[in-house]
This record gives sequence, C-alpha cells and structure tokens, in this order.
Amino acid sequence: MSRYLIGRVGQALLVLWGAYSITYFILYLLPGDTLSIMLSASGMEADSLSVEDLAKARAYYGLDKGLFEQYFDLLLGALRGDFGQSLSLNRPVADLLAERLPQTLSLAGLAIVLSLLGGIGLAYLTAYLRWQPLKKTLARLPSLGFSVPVFWMGLLLIQVFAFGLGWFPATGSKGVESLVLPAITLAIPSAAVYAQVLQRSFQGVWRESYIATAYAKGLSRGQVQARHGFKNAALPILTLIGLQVGNTVSGAVLVETIFARSGIGRLAQEAVLRQDIPVVLAIVSVSAAAFVLVNLLVDLLYPWFDPRITHTPKVS
Amino acid sequence: MNALVDIRQLSVRYRHGNTAVNRLSLRVAQGETVAIVGESGSGKSTLANAILGLLPDSAQITAGQLWVDGQDLTHASERQKRALRGRTIGLVPQDPMVSLNPTLRVGQQIAEALILAKGKRYPAVDADIVELLQQVGIDNPVLRARQYPHELSGGMRQRVLIAIALAGNPRLIIADEPTSALDVTVQRKILDHLQRLVSERGISLLIITHDLGVASDRADRILVMQQGELVEQGAPRQILDAPQHDYTRALIAAAPAFAKRREPLIHIDPMIEPILSLKNVGKTFALPKVKGEDNTFVALENLSLEVYPGQTLAIVGESGSGKSTALRIALGLEKPSQGQVWFEQQDVTHLSWRDFRPLRQRLQLVQQNPFAALDPRFTVFDSIVEPLVSFGLLKGPALEQAARELISRVHLPASYLDRLPRELSGGQCQRVAIARALALKPGLLLLDEPVSALDVSVQAHILDLLEELQREMGIAYVLVSHDLSVVANFAHEVLVLRNGKVVEQGSVERIFNHPANEYTRELIAAIPGRHVATRAA
Repeated sequence: MSRYLIGRVGQALLVLWGAYSITYFILYLLPGDTLSIMLSASGMEADSLSVEDLAKARAYYGLDKGLFEQYFDLLLGALRGDFGQSLSLNRPVADLLAERLPQTLSLAGLAIVLSLLGGIGLAYLTAYLRWQPLKKTLARLPSLGFSVPVFWMGLLLIQVFAFGLGWFPATGSKGVESLVLPAITLAIPSAAVYAQVLQRSFQGVWRESYIATAYAKGLSRGQVQARHGFKNAALPILTLIGLQVGNTVSGAVLVETIFARSGIGRLAQEAVLRQDIPVVLAIVSVSAAAFVLVNLLVDLLYPWFDPRITHTPKVS
Repeated sequence: MNALVDIRQLSVRYRHGNTAVNRLSLRVAQGETVAIVGESGSGKSTLANAILGLLPDSAQITAGQLWVDGQDLTHASERQKRALRGRTIGLVPQDPMVSLNPTLRVGQQIAEALILAKGKRYPAVDADIVELLQQVGIDNPVLRARQYPHELSGGMRQRVLIAIALAGNPRLIIADEPTSALDVTVQRKILDHLQRLVSERGISLLIITHDLGVASDRADRILVMQQGELVEQGAPRQILDAPQHDYTRALIAAAPAFAKRREPLIHIDPMIEPILSLKNVGKTFALPKVKGEDNTFVALENLSLEVYPGQTLAIVGESGSGKSTALRIALGLEKPSQGQVWFEQQDVTHLSWRDFRPLRQRLQLVQQNPFAALDPRFTVFDSIVEPLVSFGLLKGPALEQAARELISRVHLPASYLDRLPRELSGGQCQRVAIARALALKPGLLLLDEPVSALDVSVQAHILDLLEELQREMGIAYVLVSHDLSVVANFAHEVLVLRNGKVVEQGSVERIFNHPANEYTRELIAAIPGRHVATRAA
C-alpha cells in the first residue's frame, strides 16, 4: 500500500512540474520578443524607449539572465508561493490568486458535488426502474444534458430563476445564493457524462453472472443493486471524475463570464487578453495542481473500489 | 408425498416470439437427483430460471403450472419468489470465474446468504462462514474468507459458490452446468463433493448439463430436452441402453465417453521427417519480487516432442500445466529459455519476427473460444480471406473463389460468407475459424482446446471435420486439451503434462490401455460417463 502511495504522489509531483515547465517555455520562448510583449502589456511601446531604458527594463524583469537561470528563479519563487508581479494590474500575482481563488474553488467544489449527485443519482434511478417508458426517457436525458451549450443553459437559468421567479440573483459573487445558478450551470455537462457512463456500466453489470448469484441468494432488487451492482458499475466513473475536473476549470471561465463573477476563470480570460504572462503562468500552475490533486485522490480511491488493484494474487 | 418441484405442462415464451419451454412436465421428489440434458438453446437454462423465479423481463410463462414447495410460482408475487430463493432453492451457477462479485470478500458474500436465512442479528455468522467453507472442502478457511474472489482458483471459487448455495439450508439445489468451465479432475472432485453434501442433508439436486456423461454418472433420473420439449426421461441405465428417441441416440453417439476408440493407426514411416520438433525445451518466467519467495517461475521443463505430417499429437494437462506455454513456443510467439524448436528441418529457435513471418504460412492456430477468435465487425468472408490478403497472395475474383472453396471445405453454405459472427452458432464460428486457418494451406495446425467451449454434440461434428481435413489434406495437428475424452478418439500420440513436466508420452492405445503413471490414471478415471460406460462393457 505504501509503495502504491509513494509511486502515485511522485507521479503527481512530476506531472505538476511538467505542466509548469511546458507552460513556461511556451509562454516565454514562442511569441517573439518577451520584453516588448511585457511592455505592451503594461501599456508602453518598446519602440518609444531608449536603449538604456530597455536594458533597465530587461534587468528589472530578470530577462537579462540566461533562459534556464530565469526558469529556475521562477520555479523557486513559485515553490515559495511567489509568482511575481502582474504586468497589467501591478500587484503581486499571489495576492490576486488569494483574492480570486476562494470564489472559484467554492463554485467548482459545489459544481463537482452537484454533478456527482445528479449524474450518479440519475443513473442509479435509471438502473433501478423497471417500467420501460420512464426508464427509456431517463436514459435519453444525459445526451440532452451535454448537447446543450453551457452559455445557453446559463442564460436560460438566469431567465427563469432570476428574472422570472426571482429566487436567486442573476449575477455577482456575493453570498451563497449567488453561487447556486452558476454551480448548476457548470455541473450539468459533467453530470450528463457521469450519468451516461454509469447507465451504460449498469447495463453491463446487470448481465454479469454474479448478479444472478446474488438474486439466487434471495436478495431483493434494491439490495442487489446497492451491494453488488453499484461498486462494480462505478469503476469507470472514477477515472472520469479525474478528467472532468479539468473541464470544470475551463468551464469556470465561461460561467464566471456569464454570471459576472470575479474568480480565477475571469482572471484567466483577462490575463490572456492582456498577455499578462506571470498571471497566466500562475493560473496554469494552480489549475494543474487542482487537476493533479483530484487525480491523486481518484488513484487512492481505486483500491477501495476495486480490490484487484492492490491484492495481487500469488502465482504458485 | 408431494413432490418438491412439480411442473405441469409449463410453457415459457420470449417476447420476440420463440418458445423456450413447451408444455413440459417434471417432478422432483425430496432427496432425488435429476439431470436435464440438452444442447444450448434447448431451453434447459430457461427452465432453471423459471424454477428460481428469475426469468428475464422479456420471458413470460404462457401456460401451465409451476409448483415449488407447495406454492404456484406462476401466480406468485416477487416477494413470495424471493422468500423461496436461497431458503428453499439454491443455485450453483455455471462459470465460477465470473459468478462471484469481484469487489466483495468471499466471507462477506457467504455472510449475505447466511444473514438472509437466519435474520440480521445473528451472532455466529463468522463461525458459520468458516464451517461452511470447511464443509465444501476449502483449506485454511479463516484466511480464505478474508480473500477476494480473484485470489482463489476456479475450483475454489466453485466451492465457495456451493457454500453460498448451502448457506440458506435449501431443500433443492439447481446446478447449472456446474463444472463445464473447470478441468476434468477438478470437475470430478467438486461434483463428488457436491453430491455427498447433498445426499447427507437430503437435498434434491437438479443438474443441468449438455454432457450426457456427467448426467449418467450422477443422476437418479435423466430428462432429455430438445427445443423446449421433453423428448425422453428415465434412469441413466435405461436411457443409455435403450434410447427411445432419435435425438437421445444422437447425443449418446456424440458423447466422447461412449464412443468407440478408433482403430490403431499406421505406424510412422521412419523415412518421414517430423514437421515440428521441440528438443529439451524449457521456459522460465520472472516473477515480481516478493520477499522469501522464488522470483522465477518454471512454466515448462525439458519438453521434447515430434509431430509428423498427417498425424495428431495431443498435449493433455490441467490449467497451469504449461500446455499453453508449449503451444506459444511452438507458434513462435514465445522464445524458449532452453532447448530448440525445429520446424520443417529448420532451427527456428532464434529467428527474428521478420524471418519467422514466411513460416507463419505453414503453421496456423485455431483457438478455444470461437466467438472471441473472430472479429465481430468482420464478415465471414473478411475473416476467411484475411490471411491471404495479409500475405498479398490473391486478389479480386481469385480471392472470392478461394473463399468459396474454403467455406465448402468446412461444410458451410457459401451464403454464409456475408454473415457476421454474431449470426452464427458456436460450432459454425469454429468452422469459420478452421477455414481461416486453412486459407494458407498450412502443414501444421495448432488446436488450442478447439472444442471445449462447445456442446458435446457439436464437439463431435467439429472433431469429425478436423479428422476429414487431416485425411484429405495430410495436415499435422497439435491438439491442446484438458479433456482426455476428446483426445481418445482423435489423437495418435499423447503427451501428458503436469506442472511443466512431462508425466507420460506415448501412443493413444498405450496411454489409455496401459497408463504407466498414477496421474494419467486419475485423468482417465475423471472422464465423465465412464462409470456407466465401463459397467456396460
């Protein structure tokens, strides 16, 4: 068990480092002169400055050092939690993150919880039902769920629940009420994917021989599904959860824009538009960290769901 | 006395139209062992499910009555049927490898059945689990109860399933093809054990099988089913000695245990060179390092064999005996750790993949599970001509002509060329696989358990076909099987493997008539149906 754990943690750290490094090299190396991009991001033209000023600016941003020296400086800073200065907002990136991150984390967290509840609940119910018309209707719902665009769903929810019924505020980021509509919007596509996969998975599991064994013991349909069906059917979902978290981050960009919330997603969108490189780099690192962390959790949950992973049979 | 199971004129229909069980009547008394024999599709499994009250939603009882322990199941509610399951009727399912929940410990799965039978607040569960495991013949039951199914062998899993069936203290146990997925010797031990447990407790046993041999060894009464109808019933003696129905006669003729051994074959001409020979071949595998255990596994040790054109060599052994490794080495898919492999007077031991490729035309494989061996998206035509296409041998009309010839060789109509594997039966799929193996006109066919996934009567047809092909085309076969009864009527030479070592090697006559080794004798004794067959002789 401990070897499994150490292996997975090591792998997670490696992925995190890789994501940071690749992002760094792409951002700093690919698009022409880094300095002129940085200067134009902070509202100056590189051409209008004298050679000495340019050299000064270069030294200020640390661009006079070698490529790898810069890289290690940044990496060490990032390890200490210092992501440098934002170019367009002129504030430490770490402060920006600290301000925006809780907004997005609560949104994404609630969205993940809602998508799991909705997706798994729907599939579980579909598998349990025996009345064919309702069963078939529920089985078609997921494809509707992920074919509807996120922004359209957001606008629809605002129209109905904010403007129509007035239950929740339409926009803004104050209070728990403002979280509900964006979280639902963000949860729907993921929930649809979970439901679709789990429904399929249940269909397969119902045909397995051990289900017949369980029935023959005299268990009821509900008991068979809970004890013998669910754990086996849920295995593919676990992998998906890890992958969907990545989608939740990119979904946050859209949803925060629609609902005018000030979170990491909005920040990312603004930073990319203004070519604010340190901010982009920090956001990529943070979302990579979230992604890696969730996948690490998923990996650690696997042995609990599927004992075949750690309990390897002895060859005799 | 009332019968435990009393079925009167029962008919079961599937929604898409076919009648699986047709006006069938059957009585099973307390303590009686009854066997239902029939091929796949004869409705025997549907009947078992009906007795358990577990018919799928698409099936419906259309006529007749089904009384179990004084209750008519045709009008019973789900709750009533559930009360019967486990406590009155236990099930020992078909394939032990997939019939236990892989995510629950063995003990928990038995506990479920115990708790259902004896109530939730029941303190002695753990003790009872251990006792049940002991009764079904599992060593170290305390440890086994804590293990997961994948840590047990197939035989042990079958024993666990028997323990589950016994946990509710039922009055009837239905054994649905209880052992067809297991090795013959394991099969015999488990059936013996089940029968002893059942007779000690006065439980009735309903065995469902396609193998008349198994049925005649075990049952007080045999029922023969064909296409949902009962065609004949009676004591095993009576069925075997004086079968009334044509279908029963066909089943008896097909059962390898009752068939006559064929004539001794012409002896091998010393002038003919062997097509394949393995010389002192051994294979060891590296194991993941575990403290205190050997980190190599010897799969095969010092195996020598020779296969001559037009002859069949059978390699017999249980799972884990190294027979599949031997086959993979012969095929060139695996390099031996020691020894040499010669094919058509050429040392092929160390040939690279590329150098070996031309030889693959001369040496083809037929696999165990015909459904899995054919690409489900390929039509029969695509499958058959694939070897020809991949070696770029034929094109256009010549290819079609070749496909038509091949399919007629295996006695399938040419119209089947457009079909997909799922539209064919198991036997037909195996014929297609054989046609595909013949496409390149090989000198040697490796047959990996070619009939063990098929019904007994279909087995006989496939073996007949293989024999005919050997006669006409002079192909050599290497047949790998765990079942000596298949080998007896088919092979010329037999090689018995156990734990990677050769136990015995010789001609079929010698092995069967004068087995020199204890293990070979055990294998021969395990052939189902031998009881009756030898008594009759």
